[in-house]
Amino acid sequence: MPKVWGPYGNDINTDLLFAGKYTYLGSKPADIIPRLLEDLDAEFALNVQTGDILVAGWNFGCGSSRNQPAVGFKALGMTVIAKSFSRIFYRAAINLGLLLIACPEAVDAYTPGARVDVDIEQSQVRINGVDYQFPPLDPYVQDIVRAGGLIEAIRAKRTAAQATS
Amino acid sequence: MGKTFVEKILAHKAGLAAVVPGQTVVVEPDIVMTHDNTAAILKTFEGIESGIKVRFPERHVIILDHCTPAANETHAKNHKEIREFVQRQGLPNFHDIHVGICHQVVAERYAKPGLLIVGSDSHTVMAGAFGALAVPIDRVEAAGLFAEGRTWLMVPQTFKVELSGEFQPGVTAKDLILTFIGDITASGADYRCVEFHGPGAAAMSVDDRLTVSNMIIEAGAKCAYFAPDDKTREYVREHAGGEWIEFHPDSAAEYERVFHYDLSKLQAVVSAPHNVDKVKPAAEMSEIKVDQVLLGTCTNGRLSDLRAAARVLAGRHIAPSVRLLIIPASQQVLVDALTQDLIRPLVAAGGTLINPGCGPCMGNHEGILAPGEVCLSTANRNFKGRMGCKESFIYLSNPVTAACTALTGVITDYGTWRKNNA
Repeated sequence: MPKVWGPYGNDINTDLLFAGKYTYLGSKPADIIPRLLEDLDAEFALNVQTGDILVAGWNFGCGSSRNQPAVGFKALGMTVIAKSFSRIFYRAAINLGLLLIACPEAVDAYTPGARVDVDIEQSQVRINGVDYQFPPLDPYVQDIVRAGGLIEAIRAKRTAAQATS
Repeated sequence: MGKTFVEKILAHKAGLAAVVPGQTVVVEPDIVMTHDNTAAILKTFEGIESGIKVRFPERHVIILDHCTPAANETHAKNHKEIREFVQRQGLPNFHDIHVGICHQVVAERYAKPGLLIVGSDSHTVMAGAFGALAVPIDRVEAAGLFAEGRTWLMVPQTFKVELSGEFQPGVTAKDLILTFIGDITASGADYRCVEFHGPGAAAMSVDDRLTVSNMIIEAGAKCAYFAPDDKTREYVREHAGGEWIEFHPDSAAEYERVFHYDLSKLQAVVSAPHNVDKVKPAAEMSEIKVDQVLLGTCTNGRLSDLRAAARVLAGRHIAPSVRLLIIPASQQVLVDALTQDLIRPLVAAGGTLINPGCGPCMGNHEGILAPGEVCLSTANRNFKGRMGCKESFIYLSNPVTAACTALTGVITDYGTWRKNNA
């Protein structure tokens, strides 16, 4: 069973997720993961495991255009569930092929130690056996996530265009 | 049915008769701005396929500002890679380390009403002051734009802010936007376009409108808008020049929420650590001792900001316990400030002049704080750790409060300072 990090509060900003002073010191997952959430939860980088889940409140990822946290979460195969996301962070995640789950009811229902299961196909989060529905993505945006991110979507389109020309 | 600004411009850019909030449209931005993060973006872009070329070279504006001059070898390598990329791809709109902070450079050289401007930096929203649609994006999206030249945007709902009256002495546009953020909270305008209207907006200078637009992201907004008027047109004629199309909302446009502010009733405020929406009257903060004052940045580093601070500081000296950093927003601002003799009184008062750039604002260099230290800054963010040290404390204020505070060593608004120095 994956560990659940949080629940963290509202307005968790990009400086808390990945401090500004690190933003030009490498952009690979190995550069990012040891510094993730450094000023929010020092335990996180020490103990996070692949496939863990993060739960937070409203406006998660507010602040800068800083995609390193999303790069880190993606590389760790994490699922991020929040009441809502800031729009730049949301776009960064989509473009990396990381689906963020905006589901206020599920976050409210979560209590430390509760079992959390996510069913992407059904757009459902299950907390302690109770299902909560989250809204599906716009079809255009869904295609980007399905491709594994914007770059993969562009690459696939270009390969297809070359194959037919 | 009336249309808002963002509904009109996005319909135009998408080649559609009309769009509605919630709709996703595919658009080609007129300007794509990237800064030092171009080093990471170019690797993503050139990794798409070997020999890939930038689709629309003339639409990209690259400005080095986030750590200039380079603070260490890593930053120096980033800058070098960007310069080589610009050469390799033949990109005409590159600005090296001396030109200024990206958002100010966009304002001075590129922004016009009716443009769709995107940038891989959250404060890209600043160009909304000109009636442009200026929207922040992320790094991967910027890489995609180098390749494809187009992206998707969702049509947002719109808030309207009606402004009347004029600011009292010592109260500025910064206090308007901080008060607004305090009122609606850091997520209060999430995903929205925020339009500023009314006689109060018309009375505001272009510099003031830039300050307000710059900080709309701190309420979570997607973009800000001021209707182009004669002040806008004069500024744009003298700066970016050329032709443009203006988009004005219909008088019957439908707004999700409407707010009213009488500017004459606003007071000088500060945002307290560690959130921008923790807004308090500056006059009630006199118990806060300050180690460093930062005057400048893309939020408040323009000529009118330096002039307002110089009026207070000229012929005086800052408190011995205070360090005053002065960061003009651009080369143009610095040259104009030198010409108008605004820099000499600031430096003579004990100010430390720093080259135009982001400096310590996001913790890179040139004025990092130590544990326990307090900074009063005219910048736009006071997040924990923002200025390089998670055990320091950042308060945000207008430039006049910053100048008064530098003199006294404790947070001091203009009204209090004037009363004690009459």
